[in-house]
Amino acid sequence: MSARDRILAKLKAGAPSTAGDLPDVAGWYATHRTAESRADKTKRFRHCIELAHAEVHPVARSGWMQKLHEVLASRQIGALLVAPGSVHGARALAELPALGIDCRGYVQAIESWKPAMFNDTPAALTAARAAIAETGTLILWPDADEPRLMSLVPPLHVVLLDAANIYNTFHEAIELEGWKAGLPTNALLISGPSKTADIQQTLAYGAHGPKELVVLLMGDEQ
Amino acid sequence: MNAQPIHFKPTEGFRARSKAVVDNPFLRQSFRGAMDFLMSKRAAQFPDAEELESLRTLGERIRQYNLARLPELLVQLEANLTKNGIAVHWAETPDEANEIILGICKRHSAKLMVKGKSMVSEEIELNHAAEAAGIGALESDMGEYIVQLAGEKPSHIIMPAIHKTKEEIARLFADKVPGVDYTDNVDALIQIGRNVLRRKFLEADVGLSGVNFAVAETGTLCLVENEGNGRMCTTTPPVHVAITGIEKIVEKLEHVPPLLSLLTRSATGQNISTYFNMISGPRKPGEKDGPTEVHLVLLDNGRTQAYADEQLRKTLQCIRCGACMNHCPVYTRIGGHAYGTTYPGPIGKIISPHMLGLEATATMATASSLCGACGEVCPVKIPIPDLLVRLREESFSAPHANPAMRGQGAGYSSLVTAIWRGWAAVYRSPSLYRLATWLGSRFRWLVPSDQGPWTTVRVPLKPAPRRLRDMLKERG
Repeated sequence: MSARDRILAKLKAGAPSTAGDLPDVAGWYATHRTAESRADKTKRFRHCIELAHAEVHPVARSGWMQKLHEVLASRQIGALLVAPGSVHGARALAELPALGIDCRGYVQAIESWKPAMFNDTPAALTAARAAIAETGTLILWPDADEPRLMSLVPPLHVVLLDAANIYNTFHEAIELEGWKAGLPTNALLISGPSKTADIQQTLAYGAHGPKELVVLLMGDEQ
Repeated sequence: MNAQPIHFKPTEGFRARSKAVVDNPFLRQSFRGAMDFLMSKRAAQFPDAEELESLRTLGERIRQYNLARLPELLVQLEANLTKNGIAVHWAETPDEANEIILGICKRHSAKLMVKGKSMVSEEIELNHAAEAAGIGALESDMGEYIVQLAGEKPSHIIMPAIHKTKEEIARLFADKVPGVDYTDNVDALIQIGRNVLRRKFLEADVGLSGVNFAVAETGTLCLVENEGNGRMCTTTPPVHVAITGIEKIVEKLEHVPPLLSLLTRSATGQNISTYFNMISGPRKPGEKDGPTEVHLVLLDNGRTQAYADEQLRKTLQCIRCGACMNHCPVYTRIGGHAYGTTYPGPIGKIISPHMLGLEATATMATASSLCGACGEVCPVKIPIPDLLVRLREESFSAPHANPAMRGQGAGYSSLVTAIWRGWAAVYRSPSLYRLATWLGSRFRWLVPSDQGPWTTVRVPLKPAPRRLRDMLKERG
């Protein structure tokens, strides 16, 4: 008998005869969380993620490139990692070099350029698939075009978010997007720049991941 | 350098270790301050008592439902993880788990393993086993890194270095990290750790992590963290090994949001952690990063024993938030190291006996005033005080056949049992009680004036010269 069989046999011998009904998760959310208007969701999202030290800039759908450039210029950052296979990445590659930004595409597998990713990549631009108002959370599904490390290694992470894609809760996002039908290799919830309070409960940002998180919030023009 | 392995008898020396902390005003201040901070942060996250209570009830229901179906969910999880390309391993003991993990390391000729925070890896003493096998095991959570650098163990399951002041950490870094000058600026200290560990993430051959929730229906491993080191460990090295206790499984993805909310709000008073990392497979063809191999090690280590008993099974509802220790008057005064077990505080007292046997942990459950704070704040409503009483019963009752726990009766003493039996008999019978109090008032002079610790600060306890009964009789 293998360890697996022994563990399962012990559990089966000790298991209760019935598990009872499935817990009513949807019912709890229906009675304890309200579905807010788009404007209120946007406001709540922004409030929460700003509390977690992220920077949010409302931008027009056509005007985010200008804001992106300002964000980089104000920090004297001259290089940006983008996903050439994405619409926004391709646009950045086409437009940013003229503005003096060294725009690089993530085209090679990480093995061939890991040291450069860690030591020589000050910023990256990715999109967020959606967001969660309740907790001020970005949802990213990294893929072949826009890989995982873009939102982790560079000290500045700039995220494009369409305000139309903000859900009330994590539960709502999972249900409406049908996540259980298939998840990507890595799905991420990001709610601010990397941080730690491990030294005497003193909050410090930029522990291992990005030191700064900037959200370009499209469709929320004011 | 790693801490010495945990001793076989954590209860040995418990008194001395506790006293050392109680006598140290700096440590007491560290823990008091940290616990007050965490308690107020948690309280601020739950302003609505009804919401908290109903969410706790839902959390309890979710955990109990999933535990009730644990054997079939483990099989479903294994099937879906395998389908997703994640290799599943099973270990009954810490030794087996270490062997599996180090076997994977050896197959890849690994020299360095970077570790995200994993209490289960502490439970199996993985760092020691790795060191013995010539494989470097480096902790990358800032708190764990500090604790490892000091050759110590975590004193709290969420905040491992909570017992250290920033000055101590500053001195530690200046002494142990090459090329670092003394600074007690917290931002500067974190940047030192970041720079050291980033170089290690680059080099590492294997990344190790724990698991907060494993989702059976999708074959997904979920990790909660703030720093990003967990994502580094699970993304950067070519191989990722996750380890978890067999109890951390939920059937449905929809079970995750309520548990996540309870976890982060109860643990650190955050409405959500910075990162929630959901892993459903290794790198797919065409993807440019992520590990090419992902493994999951499922560990028993006494959990099946707790599972077999309806009451003790509730121990396995735990989602490891640490709120019970933050609110525990005993933990706050003696800190995490005094317990001598991987998991300290109230949860440590109820889970460790299953891992180590009652022979080694017989008196752990007595280090409690049964004030009930732990049960009141538990996000999944584990009746910790009831379990502590149950464990006292298991430890101190006379050994009997087919015990529910390994080491049942380990604390049994025929003398103590006889004394309590006598006590019970006196209090059950009015005539015996009359006789006993009469004897007490006549022979009060026999009571010693030195009554151990009691008389160091108080007057000795003596029966009154005249019984209440006699005084009432006089008044008519």
